[in-house]
Amino acid sequence: MSRIRRMLFVSGILLVCAWTLVPIYLVALGGIGGAKTVYAWPKPFWPAGLSFANFTAFLQIEGLWPAMLRSVEVAVMCMALSLVLGAPAGYALARFAFRGSNVYRLMILMTRAFPVGILALPLAVGFVRLGIYDTPLAVALMHTALALPFAVLVTSSLFLGIPRELEEAAWVFGCSGPGAFRRVVLPLAIPGIAATAIFAFVISWNEVFAASVLTVRNKTLTAYLLTLLSEAPLQSQLAGGLLLILPSVFFIFVVRRYLFAIWGVGNR
Amino acid sequence: MADIRIDSVSKYFGTQPALRDVSLDVRDGEFVALLGPSGCGKTTLLRAVAGLDPQSSGRILIGGRDVSDLPPRSRGLAMVFQNYAVFPHLRVRDNIAFGLVMTGAAKDRIERQVARAAALMHIEMLLDRYPGQLSGGQRQRVAVARALAVEPAVLLMDEPLSNLDALLRLEMRAELKGVLAEARTTTLYVTHDQTEAMGLADRIAIMQDGRIVQMGTPMDIYRHPHSMFVGGFIGNPPMNFLRLSVTDGVVRLGTLTLTPPASARGAVTLGIRPEDLDVADNGLGFTFRIHVPEPLGPHVLLTGDADGQSMRVAIPPDHVVLAGETVMLRPHADRIAWMDPDTGRALEGT
Repeated sequence: MSRIRRMLFVSGILLVCAWTLVPIYLVALGGIGGAKTVYAWPKPFWPAGLSFANFTAFLQIEGLWPAMLRSVEVAVMCMALSLVLGAPAGYALARFAFRGSNVYRLMILMTRAFPVGILALPLAVGFVRLGIYDTPLAVALMHTALALPFAVLVTSSLFLGIPRELEEAAWVFGCSGPGAFRRVVLPLAIPGIAATAIFAFVISWNEVFAASVLTVRNKTLTAYLLTLLSEAPLQSQLAGGLLLILPSVFFIFVVRRYLFAIWGVGNR
Repeated sequence: MADIRIDSVSKYFGTQPALRDVSLDVRDGEFVALLGPSGCGKTTLLRAVAGLDPQSSGRILIGGRDVSDLPPRSRGLAMVFQNYAVFPHLRVRDNIAFGLVMTGAAKDRIERQVARAAALMHIEMLLDRYPGQLSGGQRQRVAVARALAVEPAVLLMDEPLSNLDALLRLEMRAELKGVLAEARTTTLYVTHDQTEAMGLADRIAIMQDGRIVQMGTPMDIYRHPHSMFVGGFIGNPPMNFLRLSVTDGVVRLGTLTLTPPASARGAVTLGIRPEDLDVADNGLGFTFRIHVPEPLGPHVLLTGDADGQSMRVAIPPDHVVLAGETVMLRPHADRIAWMDPDTGRALEGT
């Protein structure tokens, strides 16, 4: 009986892994496997020959580097804003019992219930009025709206995992409120905060719809590639896709432990 | 070193009173235990003294200085928390030094104090470890050493032994008493464990429903409880209470005639500790029917009833008794506590 359960368990894991890994593998195969592999059917497991020609061609696309730089700029702004706005809210949720804290927590999650389009289109109009349309700041603000709920909830469970008594002990032994935060809470929270920051970065890095709507000339990498590569040959598209996937897969892999904190599992 | 003066302190959580007009003086160098069941306000009082949850009204003075409006760091005290609250990201050495570093003490003084506190708590060999590598008992030692290292005027302890297992608790209790007696630090100690309070404290303040209901030395409280609550809370097994009727100013219990205080009218409650009853071989006493005898070694604990009211009695181990038997018992006349059965308070004149 337990053998059957174990087999079901293992095959479940394999299925979930295949669900995410096979598409990534196929993208990689098309991107670096050479032109022949892209159109071959059935797909060979090993590429016919490794070729980075698509890569180098891709990297020489005009406007690629400025777009990438802009993507980094937007993602860094999004990361900073999410932390500056999200971490204090998370701290407040974790430490203070206030009227409506549960409603507040729910509302934060509810913001993710709206499709990005509902947020992005009115915001485009608003940004035009404000005169910040087609700037990295506008995209960063939009991405912050997407990343903020995660920042608040992750940091809140992060601070919940740090016993209040540690802070109280710091107060008793000579710290002021901010001093106790800096000397005791922050050192304990820093890995989780770093993870939250990277997660916000990845959300912004991956986002394409809002970025396409909110920019015309100053497109981020994803938005730029979307318009540029729609006409390009398949292997170039796949090479570009692979380049976009890899950083986020890497980052998510690094911070995966802390993302579970959202669900309250495996805290620290 | 300093005395603590708690002056008519009240504390409300919303409209719910947690402390009602509590006054308490702790003398310089004295060890006072706040003892009571959970929810009696003992931890709330301690946290008010620490400044972690300031009182709603009243004043707290430490060493004659009114600290009511000062933050915890300015009150000149140290505290040991129930769950130790040892900083996990600092080595034991830096944990113990934390308070001194915050006051900006000179480096050699910090080193000296850390070494002394560590020696006192026998944790010299753990100084370079992180708390995560320590057992619960060792963490507790670090927490106490951290508090002693700052040489506080006042030491507050919030159920510091309750998270330790029984054997370790006994060991730490004896050690703590030795260390604190040597340091002569004024100590306020919260516990719900009456043996801990009896064993450690110079004086005990018993709390109930946000009030101090009795304050005194452990033996004074044990011998002369001011109420049925105190008599029942202190002592294990608790004091027995028999409700008896008063006729012509005396109480008849079996063949005994006892004289309660003159203020007793109609009915009175006789309080007697289990060990203050003798088996009366000469037939002078009252009948006690044994339900369960438990030979515990130092004595035999009998659970049963007298006159339909349940009682527990501890008799010397050489008596052989069986369930269902009856024995004649006689209370030590000078150990009887007379209580008013309606108010539960001790009657004047006892």
